Amino acid sequence: MYHQASYDEPLLIEIKSLKNEDFEIDLNPDIVRKELNIPNLPEFEIIRHYTRLSQMNYGVDINIYPLGSCTMKYNPKLNEEIARMFSYIHPYQEESTVQGALQIMYELQEMLKEITDMDGFSLQPAAGAHGEFTGMLITRSYHEYKGEGEKRKNVILPDSAHGTNPASAAMVGFNVIEIPSNKEGMVDLEALENATDDTTAAFMITNPNTLGIFEEDILEIAKIMHKNGALLYYDGANLNAIMGITSPGKMNFDIVHLNLHKTFSTPHGGGGPGSGPVGVRGELVNFLPVPVVRYDGEKYYLDYNIKHTIGKVRSFYGNFGVLVKAWAYIKRLGGTGLKRASIRAVVNSNYLKEKIKDYYVLPYKNLRKHEFVVKPKNARALDVAKRLLDFGVHAPTIYFPLIVSEALMIEPTETERKENLDKFAEIVIHIAKEAEKNPELLKEAPHNTSVRRVDDVLASRKPVLTWKMYRELKARGEIDY
Amino acid sequence: MVIYSFSLFMPNSNYDEDIEEMLQEMGLSSWEELFIDIPQEARKGGINIEAMDEYELYRYALKLASKNMDFFKMPNFLGAGVYFHYIPPAVKEMVSRSEFYTSYTPYQPEISQGLLQSMFEYQSMIAELTAMDIANSSMYDASTALGEAARMANRINRKKEILVPENLYWEKESVLRNYVKGLDMSIRKYPLNERGMIDLEALQSSVNENTSAVYVENPNFFGVIDENVLKVKEFIGRSILIVGVNPLSLAILKPPGEYGADIVVGEGQILGNPISFGGPLLGIFATKKEYLRKMPGRVIGATKDVSGKRAFVMALQTREQHIRRGRATSNICSNEALCALYSTVYMAYLGANGLRKVALKNIENAKKLMTKLRSIGLNAPHFKAPHFNEFLVDLPGNPYEISKKLVERGVHGGLPIPEGCYRDIGNAMLLCTTEMHREEDLDKLVNAFKEVI
Repeated sequence: MYHQASYDEPLLIEIKSLKNEDFEIDLNPDIVRKELNIPNLPEFEIIRHYTRLSQMNYGVDINIYPLGSCTMKYNPKLNEEIARMFSYIHPYQEESTVQGALQIMYELQEMLKEITDMDGFSLQPAAGAHGEFTGMLITRSYHEYKGEGEKRKNVILPDSAHGTNPASAAMVGFNVIEIPSNKEGMVDLEALENATDDTTAAFMITNPNTLGIFEEDILEIAKIMHKNGALLYYDGANLNAIMGITSPGKMNFDIVHLNLHKTFSTPHGGGGPGSGPVGVRGELVNFLPVPVVRYDGEKYYLDYNIKHTIGKVRSFYGNFGVLVKAWAYIKRLGGTGLKRASIRAVVNSNYLKEKIKDYYVLPYKNLRKHEFVVKPKNARALDVAKRLLDFGVHAPTIYFPLIVSEALMIEPTETERKENLDKFAEIVIHIAKEAEKNPELLKEAPHNTSVRRVDDVLASRKPVLTWKMYRELKARGEIDY
Repeated sequence: MVIYSFSLFMPNSNYDEDIEEMLQEMGLSSWEELFIDIPQEARKGGINIEAMDEYELYRYALKLASKNMDFFKMPNFLGAGVYFHYIPPAVKEMVSRSEFYTSYTPYQPEISQGLLQSMFEYQSMIAELTAMDIANSSMYDASTALGEAARMANRINRKKEILVPENLYWEKESVLRNYVKGLDMSIRKYPLNERGMIDLEALQSSVNENTSAVYVENPNFFGVIDENVLKVKEFIGRSILIVGVNPLSLAILKPPGEYGADIVVGEGQILGNPISFGGPLLGIFATKKEYLRKMPGRVIGATKDVSGKRAFVMALQTREQHIRRGRATSNICSNEALCALYSTVYMAYLGANGLRKVALKNIENAKKLMTKLRSIGLNAPHFKAPHFNEFLVDLPGNPYEISKKLVERGVHGGLPIPEGCYRDIGNAMLLCTTEMHREEDLDKLVNAFKEVI
């Protein structure tokens, strides 16, 4: 059993503050601030506060984190150390003074091209969804350039797609058309063919898909897109399954985004920063955001001269600190190590699936890649997830993909050894048995975490989003915690 | 299947000896059977990248790092969006707790209270600094936060135009353009007056029935503390007022919530995040309570657990892409939580007193540098107005060439602003000083200027 630290940790504002000092401010008094209510505390109080908070948080460094589609692999410490070497350089420095930083970006661009078989990369997008947004902007500009911007207004995606796909396409002004998956959990080719015509801008898909199933008909899908003049977009969230075995380029994708924080081991940081580089093929390189890094044989430089560039999707060149870590990861493993990572991720996932599938329902076909989706036989996914926490393991992604009710989406990654997978399987099976014999245990879970089951409905019904709101509502008796 | 190269310093990294066992238990003779569904025509014959030994890689990275002239090797006066500020080790230590940085989005709140409470504190302090009701728990950077703000303004009033200052930096403008492209919104510029502040009358006449939002910056791109922001609300009718801020300046400047801002955006890197060649950054986003459900991005709320204990959780997720999909308020999923944590610990560490001291030191250093530049005959600042930590200095020659010559003399100047960039500003440079610049750094810059002009 597991027992997470549980402090009744006050909010910063609830710790007794030192006095506010007075300052002389030599500005027009109208533009000067009167008061600032941020507590003044000595260093050791701050350190204790955030150290205690950290003890009430769970990361990959504690145990398995099988959050499907998030690829929570171990984050090698070397990469953290290397990233710290680049903390104090400014993006607008003269190129001659940042050759090392530019070289890292250039090498990373080249390595990502090699891994994906794309012709050009932009490292600018800050996250996976931001990469999708960038890819959709490129799609739109490309069709506009071809004189078909008015006509090609539709982006098609499967009903198993990540939520960011429709959101990104819609943000760029496309209509989103969802097509159903077939009995095997793959794209229904007939439905795709029927949905595709000269109004189609692109088809967005991840492969393997969110069920962990490899889309065997991917080359056929590419043909359908290309014969209709549409582009094929690769959501790289699941690249960890296929490195070195196939690639978006080999599957005839036109645009891809990668998630460096997933496949390339940069830490997820409690929700970010990520990094979502975008790669493209053929003439689409002329639409990439500016700048890209180039090498003229002597020096590295930033090239702003891209013929049909979409411009910028954020300031500067990307989440450089994250890029450095991904660069170090790829360099350390090399091509063979990356392929090994993918193989191991797929072996781990299938092994775990085989261990637990008799105790849960496994919809669709059996062979999976780096992740798989099951549902409990006689419990809610939410309750299984909460009960898992009691055993000191993180829960899988739940209620996604939407096409499986009560989904538990499990991605162990290559990080885990057989021993850990066996232990995790044991817990998952144990919970399936508990669900039959003692369902209350699940419904009341978790018991061993810093807080018990949290009322998220209340959080949305009565939003309390700052300590000021908290104090006001509490004073008025509108909240009782 | 030994694949890693032998490494002295990464021992036991090849833990594949159990693979055969797993395959056997699955009744498979080879891992390749798990990939039979990948068509032959789509197969790839491996990846052509050499692996490096851990120590060799460490030395290689050191070598590349040494090719960069960082702030401590060469004093640097660049700002223009991201800034050199001192980051106390206490901040770095806390953010380096791997319980924080190896976690992900707190989908399971019961096991993630540490990060959730920290993000709640972040939102609270950003709301306090900006004097707005609420803040989200981060966007990618200031530019994308502005893009999201424009989209939010359109969600509120369905109008199709945003007005921006004429000195909005081109990068920010380009990002904004991409963010509003899908809404067919247009961007129009309004002028500044001779003091580098908003020309209120001109702005007023620019506003029309299509105006969704007006964007103002304070301090603005030229570092000017714009006193006209205090009155701007009266000149823009019912348009949404979006204010772009330097969050550190808000330790001493009147917060936008007190002059009618509807949305506040800004660059949070300034608060304790390394500049790191321009990323990762931190988009600050704050607004009024009434717009809560229109707001993009993740937001953390307080609530209680089944035993009645206070707890924190992601709130109002129905606005977000994983629930609302194509109709979400934004596509953002991964955000900049760890950067927000840097800022949280930074603000907590400094407190109100420390933040004010640092902000005042920034102003003081900028003034000092202006005085020194004037002593060698340069016009600094270009605008006769109060400044925060940046200002324009007029130059007698091409600022790109001057910048290169400064570097040759061991000091990095500011951002070159060549003639013709902004209306009647000639050749100039946007210089920035922070609390990190010492007297000798200022002198080094001034002496170098003296030699090259």
